[in-house]
Amino acid sequence: MSGSPEDRHTKKRMGLYHVETAGDGRSTLKKRVFSVVVLSIAAMIAVSALILYHFYHSYRDKTYAHLNILVEKHRRDIDSFLKENLGAIRFIAKIFTFDELRDASFLENCLMNLQSHFNNVFVDLGVINARGVQIAYAGPFRLGKALYTEAPWFKKAIQSEYFISDVFMGLRGLPHFIIAVRENHNGHAWILRATIDFVAFNNLVESIQVGETGLAYIVNRGGSLQTKTRADVMKEGEILTILGEMEKGRYGQTYITTISGRGGNKYLYVAALLKDGQWLLIYRQKISDAFREYNHALRVAIAIILLGGVCVVAMGILLTSRVTRQMEKGEREREAMSAQIVESGKLAAVGELAAGIAHEINNPVAIMVEEAGWIEDLLEEEEFRESKSLKEFHRALEQIRTQGRRCKEITHKLLSFARKTDSRIHNVKLNQIIEEVVSVTAQRAKYAKVAIEKNLQEDLPCLRLSSTEMQQVILNLINNAIDAMEPDGGRIMITTRSDQNALVVEVEDNGPGIPEANLARIFEPFFTTKAVGKGTGLGLSICYGIIKKIGGDIEVESHVGKGTTFRIKIPLPVARGSATLSATSDQTSDSDRMNRGV
Amino acid sequence: MKKDDTPQERSQEALQETNSEGIRLLLVDDEAGFVEVLSKRMAKRGIRVTKAHSGTEAIQTLRKNDFDVTVLDLKMEDMEGIEVLKIFKKMAPEMPVIMLTGHGSNQAAREGMQWGAHDYLTKPCELEELVEKIFEAVRERKER
Repeated sequence: MSGSPEDRHTKKRMGLYHVETAGDGRSTLKKRVFSVVVLSIAAMIAVSALILYHFYHSYRDKTYAHLNILVEKHRRDIDSFLKENLGAIRFIAKIFTFDELRDASFLENCLMNLQSHFNNVFVDLGVINARGVQIAYAGPFRLGKALYTEAPWFKKAIQSEYFISDVFMGLRGLPHFIIAVRENHNGHAWILRATIDFVAFNNLVESIQVGETGLAYIVNRGGSLQTKTRADVMKEGEILTILGEMEKGRYGQTYITTISGRGGNKYLYVAALLKDGQWLLIYRQKISDAFREYNHALRVAIAIILLGGVCVVAMGILLTSRVTRQMEKGEREREAMSAQIVESGKLAAVGELAAGIAHEINNPVAIMVEEAGWIEDLLEEEEFRESKSLKEFHRALEQIRTQGRRCKEITHKLLSFARKTDSRIHNVKLNQIIEEVVSVTAQRAKYAKVAIEKNLQEDLPCLRLSSTEMQQVILNLINNAIDAMEPDGGRIMITTRSDQNALVVEVEDNGPGIPEANLARIFEPFFTTKAVGKGTGLGLSICYGIIKKIGGDIEVESHVGKGTTFRIKIPLPVARGSATLSATSDQTSDSDRMNRGV
Repeated sequence: MKKDDTPQERSQEALQETNSEGIRLLLVDDEAGFVEVLSKRMAKRGIRVTKAHSGTEAIQTLRKNDFDVTVLDLKMEDMEGIEVLKIFKKMAPEMPVIMLTGHGSNQAAREGMQWGAHDYLTKPCELEELVEKIFEAVRERKER
């Protein structure tokens, strides 16, 4: 309760700041925050999208380049494997004669040599005459004197100098392919044929494995598989398309495309021509696998965007709610303030009314008093002098006079509440005023057994205000304190001190104190707890009015049974006030002390 | 207060100091009851009171008669007392004017003093105080 005027003060200040923004500004603010949020998210998405787009392209280029190199390398490996083997067979066919090679043991010897030099790539060797009859054979199968006249490979091999077949089952019933070299002996063509170990060849291709789904296989132009593979083999149409594209030479040695496979999976295909364009080395990988890192980065980026978005939205909401809360607080304070304004308006209206009434009452009261005086005058005459009731008449008339004076006092107080008697502003010394008032009330205090003590700070700066008004304030406070402590008596302590940019006067008593229910109302006009006829209830409201008018504060702190303290704060004149000087000198001395390290 | 110290006697003492003839006083106030009772009481104290119930009436009365002193209410309905004062000071510059003011209208009282009023009293006032001021004003005028 004690700080209530101060609170009111703060409220007023706070309220003023928010008057303009509160109310209709709230929805606008929400919109503004919303647009800020949307804008920041949009900017974030745009930047991220741009970065991701570039990242995607460079990653794709890098991936393609890598696969190109990989496939190209293997193409070369496979081609050189074939060429090497072909070269070996051609070499044998060239340096040994038909007669030497048709000797089974010699042929066996050749095979053993080849196997030892070429890591068992060669499975068997055979010599076939122009009619397609195998006249010598070395190898694990019992193929001696086999007839190849109708075999497709033989038909092709007999027409060209050398020939590498597709993979076929042949007589042995196992997938294999052969290298055949044609030579002449006495005008008759003969063929040296070698079978390549399918497993060894297959390993060459199967070794191309990248990631989880990257694998390679070889097909011929007809689309039949030349190696073992787990993959679905490309359809003939697709192969033809690839070949068509490759023959345009647009893509160099390798060709990259994406084709949707079964189950909705998209595959990346890298193709390269082998064996003079008869075979196609195909590398296949799931797009998701090939772009695994990209997808990972994409997911991270999306996560960051989402997280950022959440942060932005959260900040937006936080900001809105905080600002809204602040504005609501402002609104509440404004309401409180306007309530206060209404209250003080009411107070002013009451004051105005009271002043009017007081003025009107003065005349009838004056007449009444004068008429009483007239009766008194008449009573002086002879005819009444002997009257038995003369004494009683005088008493009644004196009573009328006294009550008239009381009316006058009341109206005068009411009028000073409305307009001040002497509101001229001087430079006044607060302590001097207090001394004067204390001396005026000394007699009354003595009768009431009240001791008035003073604790006045010397060298207080002068105040600019009306001394009569200030006297009235101090007088009212002292009178109230004395009234409160009658008849038991007590002690009044009057303190003055300077506090920052204000002077503080405290009037403290050790009387019965003010109950909390009354504390809130004590500055209201006509509020009094004194016996009827003893108080007008205007004293404190006059004090309040005077102190507020000079921009000060008056507050009351009271504890029932312990006493009451009225505290007045009067702001010092701001410019060239001696208070400012003394405050400055205080600071200087403080800093001096600090500098000296005391 | 002595028992035989009646208002008449007191007024008599005052009169002896100033003028044995009754003081001629113009009482201007629009409050009829106040004027009536005050004039009766003043008459009992040897003052010859002429009543005026408005500013206009007061000016007309002054035009026809001379007065030693005027008691003028500053707040009247037909015209402000201060205006009456200004006119009086033109018509009879030597005549002292004592103003009656309401409480808190010290501004008007000060203005009145500037315009040459002799003194002022706050209403409602004690008759004895007013009479005192009247005698004082008349005495001062005589001395001048």
